[in-house]
Amino acid sequence: MTAPPTPRTPTPAGRPVLEARGVRKAFPGVLALDGVDLRLFPGEVHALMGENGAGKSTLIKVLTGVHPPDAGTVTVDGTPRRFAEPLEAQHAGISTVYQEVNLCPNLSVAENILVGREPRRFGLVHWSALHRRAAQLITELELDLDVRRPLSAHSLAVQQLVAIVRAVDVRAKVLVLDEPTSSLDRDEVAQLFALVRRLRDRGVAILFVTHFLDQVFDLCDRVTVLRNGRLEGEYRIDELTPVTLVHRMVGSELNTLDELAETSHTGTAATPESAETPFLSARGLARTGSIQPYDLDIHRGEVIGLAGLLGSGRTEAARLLFGADHADGGELRIHGERAALRSPRAAIAHKIAFCSENRKAEGLIGELTVRENIVLALQAARGWTRPLSRARQDEIAARWIETLDIRPAAPEAQVRNLSGGNQQKVLLARWLLTDPELLILDEPTRGIDIGAKTEIQRLVTRLAAEGTAVLFISAELEEVLRLSHRVGVLRDHRLVATLPNDTTLTPDRILGAIATGATS
Amino acid sequence: MSTTLTKPLQRFSARHAARLPLMVTATLLVAMFSVGSLQYEGFFSAQVLLNVLIDNGFLLVVAIGTTFVILTGGIDLSVGSMVALSTMLTAWLVEQNGLPLAAAVPVVLLVGAGGGALMGWVIHAFEIQPFIVTLAGMFLARGLCYMISTESISITDPTTTTIAQTRVLLPGGLFVSPAVVIALVVLALAFVVLHHTRFGRTVYALGGNESSARLMGLPVGRTKVMVYAVSGLCSALGGLLLTFYMLSGYALHAVGMELDAIAAAVIGGTLLTGGSGFVLGTALGVTVLGLIQTIISFQGTLSSWWTRIVIGGLLFVFILLQRLFGGSRTEH
Repeated sequence: MTAPPTPRTPTPAGRPVLEARGVRKAFPGVLALDGVDLRLFPGEVHALMGENGAGKSTLIKVLTGVHPPDAGTVTVDGTPRRFAEPLEAQHAGISTVYQEVNLCPNLSVAENILVGREPRRFGLVHWSALHRRAAQLITELELDLDVRRPLSAHSLAVQQLVAIVRAVDVRAKVLVLDEPTSSLDRDEVAQLFALVRRLRDRGVAILFVTHFLDQVFDLCDRVTVLRNGRLEGEYRIDELTPVTLVHRMVGSELNTLDELAETSHTGTAATPESAETPFLSARGLARTGSIQPYDLDIHRGEVIGLAGLLGSGRTEAARLLFGADHADGGELRIHGERAALRSPRAAIAHKIAFCSENRKAEGLIGELTVRENIVLALQAARGWTRPLSRARQDEIAARWIETLDIRPAAPEAQVRNLSGGNQQKVLLARWLLTDPELLILDEPTRGIDIGAKTEIQRLVTRLAAEGTAVLFISAELEEVLRLSHRVGVLRDHRLVATLPNDTTLTPDRILGAIATGATS
Repeated sequence: MSTTLTKPLQRFSARHAARLPLMVTATLLVAMFSVGSLQYEGFFSAQVLLNVLIDNGFLLVVAIGTTFVILTGGIDLSVGSMVALSTMLTAWLVEQNGLPLAAAVPVVLLVGAGGGALMGWVIHAFEIQPFIVTLAGMFLARGLCYMISTESISITDPTTTTIAQTRVLLPGGLFVSPAVVIALVVLALAFVVLHHTRFGRTVYALGGNESSARLMGLPVGRTKVMVYAVSGLCSALGGLLLTFYMLSGYALHAVGMELDAIAAAVIGGTLLTGGSGFVLGTALGVTVLGLIQTIISFQGTLSSWWTRIVIGGLLFVFILLQRLFGGSRTEH
């Protein structure tokens, strides 16, 4: 389509295609939504913003039929609806694309787009029509893909686009995008946004959930802000600036931007004395197929950042230091003495802690309570024959909930009912409780909001000041620069450079190192 | 250097990963037949291959049902007992109740499909592991056999014995049993259903990622129930074919056949984790198993237990192959 892009409507006109009023939803121990309203108009991109635990995910699940609301109404095209399952919401024209790609990797791109509504002839799947229809949809949305190849042959970003194509083909009136960009790189995000804009111009209402403020200002027309399960307000994006938006999200209780500025000063503090024996020292440490031999020293009180693209070997390098994977070359010294970390257990005995990137799969146990999750590692270190008393457990849980500001402050709430950022804090509390000398944090701030992010960054700075060594892995270069004393740069499973974080180190220099693999 | 080499290789394996085990099995089959032909006199003939089908037609039908279940990522341990129950039920209805065979067949098929559907419903509605539900079904069906009779019931019904002795003649003096024809028809039907119907594609989607399939709005529950019903129906039909083959109903028929069926599917290239595989592969798998028996009987001095040993070894190799080629899928 070569028609000029429709100008953004300054004020929504007509009737909302989707309207939620007074939505309330409670989970055991948590009131997730309390009287929330949302209006979506055709042809707008609408951002849903809020801190972790504000109720964004729950609201989306109510709108898309995953959870029925306890109270309140959802109206589609003026008709009140009550969805019992996602399929019903889809039939009503509400499609969702989740953060994790929800497609079948074993099927072809074409099938993933059309499975469940394949064109048929004589009751059988009409394959050539199916491929034609899929190719046509792909072309209409100005993408370029071989629809016959299996989905697993494509990158995560392309899979995300395929998920959107599928969602749109259900004749969606409303498209919900739940953090679609969190694992995409810059070019991929641009590709996705182009697609979203084309859909908007066709009159689809898009609800966009993200943690990236710049993306909101780049893409969205209006924004609804939630705070602590309540509606904070609905705004046109041109009424807001990034600063005012953050204020709306976090409320007046925390002056986030000042905090950020403060931590950035401490980040460039002098490197600790490097003459003393490093806490941990790796020489030629390697594992075939996951990380090339690398050297790394980590001193007490030092924050080492690891930067690099997704899949460059950051996590793999860290896993060797925790014994989660076996090194098949090189040596590791702890306090100057050779140590072979054969298992995470051995690493924990050396006071090394590892907060995994994949907090759901590798860290937290969703069915257990906050208290039980927090004391887990400490109990394991003591051995199961010496149980912690309940009073002691309660005391520990209460202390860490307060220290890390875990919300809701309910030690008996099940962890799976907590938001992403608060789950991350529970995981952190568990490891900090074991009093580690080296704390490895793998993407601790991914997918969590700016308030929680600041708190975690502040915590890292404080721990380092108290003498803990920290290995900090993050895809956000600004964050790495703000916190680290030195930055290790990875590229293609190789540690290509270790750069001291002095005044000359900028994101551009790190990007340069990532791009060229040069050591200076 | 490594990227230039591995990229095309990865692309190749991504496109053909699903078909590769099938090709391996086909190659193995050709190799086994060639070795047999060179070693043993009289081995190199089409009738030897057809005899393999005659002796394993019932297993093929059962394994096809199992393939449906495994493709969804499930497992059905009840099929062997279901086969035994079908032989028992047929013999009891025809011999001891004087029912004509034509009336007994639909009853047996209905019992199989119904039992399967019931297990599928329990698995879906109560979110219980298929392993445990079908294990219960396995004990239940085997136990019901003894309810009918603890002894073997031999069949003298003229219709049944006539069918059992019928030979379908092929050009060149070759012949097969009606069971082979039925098995091949089932195979063709299964192929069409799996590759050319929405139900079949949903089976693959379910095996690829169940929670995705649900979020994509596919009828997950209905498909699960139907898959176990298909498996139950196939084992009932397999049981009928076995009745013709054995001319008896007995509670100890088909002991462990569920494992043969699973082995055939796996050797035929179906991934135990679901989502990848072909029924044609299962047919090849059944032929491989049958050919092993044939080679061992031609050999003459080896005990028949060597069949089991060889199957065990083959399974190991194929599971390792699955791991090597399937591993790339979980890497992200």
